[in-house]
Amino acid sequence: MTLDDKENEDKENTGKKIPRRTMLRAAAVSAAAALMGASGVQRAPGAGQPAGSNARTGNTPGTADLSGAAPNGNDTTQIYADPTKNTGTLPGKLGTRSPYEQPVKKPSDISSRTPFQDLYGIITPSDLHFERSHAGVPRIDPEKYELLIHGMVERPMVFSLRDLKRFPAVSRIAFIECSGNFRSGKETMTAQEICGLTSQSEWIGVMLSTLFREVGVHPKATWFLAEGSDAAVMTRSIPVEKGWKDAMIAYGQNGEAIRPEQGYPARLFLPGWEGNTNVKWIRRIELSDQPFMTREETSKYTETIRDHKIRQFSFDMDARSIITYPSFPQQVEKGWIEIRGIAWSGRGKIDRVEVSTDAGKHWQKAVLQEPVLDKAHTYFRHLWYWDGKPTEIMSLAVDDTGYRQPTMKQLIQARGTDMGGYHVNPVTAWQLKGDGTVLFKPEKWK
Amino acid sequence: MLIKRSSCYRVAVVMVLGMLACHTNTRPPVSDWPSRFGFGKTATSRQIDSLNISIAPDGKGLPSGSGNAATGRTIYLAKCAACHGETGAEPTPNRLVAPMGDTSRVKTIGNYWPYATTVFDYIRRAMPFNAPGSLSNEEVYSLTAFLLYRNEVIDSTVLLNAVNLPKIVMPAKKYYVDDDRRGGNEVR
Repeated sequence: MTLDDKENEDKENTGKKIPRRTMLRAAAVSAAAALMGASGVQRAPGAGQPAGSNARTGNTPGTADLSGAAPNGNDTTQIYADPTKNTGTLPGKLGTRSPYEQPVKKPSDISSRTPFQDLYGIITPSDLHFERSHAGVPRIDPEKYELLIHGMVERPMVFSLRDLKRFPAVSRIAFIECSGNFRSGKETMTAQEICGLTSQSEWIGVMLSTLFREVGVHPKATWFLAEGSDAAVMTRSIPVEKGWKDAMIAYGQNGEAIRPEQGYPARLFLPGWEGNTNVKWIRRIELSDQPFMTREETSKYTETIRDHKIRQFSFDMDARSIITYPSFPQQVEKGWIEIRGIAWSGRGKIDRVEVSTDAGKHWQKAVLQEPVLDKAHTYFRHLWYWDGKPTEIMSLAVDDTGYRQPTMKQLIQARGTDMGGYHVNPVTAWQLKGDGTVLFKPEKWK
Repeated sequence: MLIKRSSCYRVAVVMVLGMLACHTNTRPPVSDWPSRFGFGKTATSRQIDSLNISIAPDGKGLPSGSGNAATGRTIYLAKCAACHGETGAEPTPNRLVAPMGDTSRVKTIGNYWPYATTVFDYIRRAMPFNAPGSLSNEEVYSLTAFLLYRNEVIDSTVLLNAVNLPKIVMPAKKYYVDDDRRGGNEVR
C-alpha cells in the first residue's frame, strides 16, 4: 500500500458521513426507476458464442441474477440504461464476474462438471474446474500439512508445505480428466453433461523426481502408493517410472494456491493420466516393489473388455475432442459459423483435428490455436457456411502418436458390447435443425 | 548361425548405453544442483507407523487379530446395512453381494474384486461412510469374513486372519489383464 492509498483509505474511514456506498445506492434506485418500463434492460448474450446469435436461456446460465453483492461491498449488480451517465463500481479486493455471465459447475453427489458451452480457450477458471471426490473435500491447515515419503528409500522423510515450496519449482499447463468422463442418452445434453469431467490449469509445484532424489529411492522400487488425507484416505499405486518422468507435487493452480476442491494444499499431478491417479490432499507416498491393489485400481477404475476380461492400470487418457460452439443449448442462424472446440490427448500433442459438417461423409482440417501443448487442451476452429439445411457436425482428434479418436462403433468393435464406462472417448456429433436448434446426437451404447 | 563380432560389440555398446540411461533418473535435471537440498526432516518410525495403513496383496501390512462371518453379520447389521441393505445383495447403488455367475450383472466383491486383501484395506480406511476409520481390526476382519462368505468365496466357519486372508484366490482374479492400449493408429 502506498502512502496515497493509505491516505485515501483513512479519508474514507473518517470522512463525511455520506459513504460512497449510500450514494451509489441512491443512484441505483433512481436508475432502477428510470428502467421501469424502459427498454434499457438488455438480455445478456449467451456465453461462449458470438454476439448476435440467440441463446436459449431456459435451462442455462446466462440470465443475470441481480441479487448478489461483490465481496468488496460495492454493489456490482445494478444495471444502468446508459453506463456513461453513472459512476461505475470502484476498485475492490476481489474481481467479480459480470452479472450477465454466470457459468456454473453441474454437481451430482460425487462430481461436478465444467461448463464448456460457456467457456473460451484452453484454461479452465479455477472455480469452474471439475470436481470428483470420494468422501468430500477436506479442510486442511497448511501449517499442519506434511507429506511423508517412505518405504523403499534410503531416507524416509517428511516435508512441510514450506519445505515443498523451497525446492526448485516448475510450471506446466495440462489437463486432468476423469476416466469416467462420458455421458449419453438424450438429445438435450450440453458439452458439460457429456464430457465436463476434464479441465485445464497451469499447475505449479515441485517435480516428484526432485523429492525422489532427496529421499534416495531404491533402484528396485517399481511402484509407489499415493495416499490422500480425505475421509476416504484415497489411494492409488503408480509406477515409479512415471514418478521419475514427469510427476509433480503441485501446490499452485492458475497463479494462486491450489483450490480445496483440487487438493489444497498439495496434490499429485500426473500429466495425461486418468484423473483418479492424481491423488489430491496427498499426505503419504510409499515406495514398493509391487502395486498395492487398492479398491480404486481394482473394483473401480478398471474396465470390462472382450472375452470377460477386465483391463487394469489403464493410465493414459486417449485423444478426444468436442465441439463447444455450436452445441446444445445454443441456437444458430444460416450463414457463416465458426465452429470451435477443444481437443486433447494424454499421450502427447494434438497433431490435428478434423471436422465434418455433413454427418461424417467428408472431413476437413480445423485450424489449431497456439499454444498446442503436450497433454493439454488445444483450441480448434473451423469456418463454415451453413446453408440452413439440417445436418450433423462433429470433430475428430488425432494425436502425435497417430491415434485417431474413434467412433462409438469402433470402440464397441474393439471392446465388445459389455465394455465398461471408463476411457470412453467417442467422436461427438451435434445435430443442426432447420430452425437453428442444436441438439446432441446420443450414442447407442447400452 | 553367423553373428559377426562387430555386431556383438554393437550389441554390447547398446546394452551399456541402455544401462546408463536407466541410471539417469537419479541425476539432477540441472547440472549445478546439489545431490540433496537438505529440506524436510527425517521421518521417525513413530511418524511412519502412525500413518502407514497400507496392505499389499501378499498380506504385508495386515495387523494381528481375527474375525468370522457370524460376528461380522452382527457388525454389518449395526453399521453397514443402512447403505448396503440387510444382506448386501439388495439392489442398492452400493451393492456388495453377488457371487460369480449371478445374473444381475452388477459388479461386486464376489464377481469383480481380484484380491481379498483389498476388502480389508478399503473397509478399514474408508468405512463406514459416516464414521470412516472408526472400526477396530477385529471388526474389520469380521466384516471381511462376512462379505466373503456372503459372496460364496469362503465358508461360514473360517476364522479370518493375517495368514489366511492373503491366500484366498478371488473368483474374478483370472479375468484381470494389464492395459494393452499403446497409442498409434489402433483402437483398443
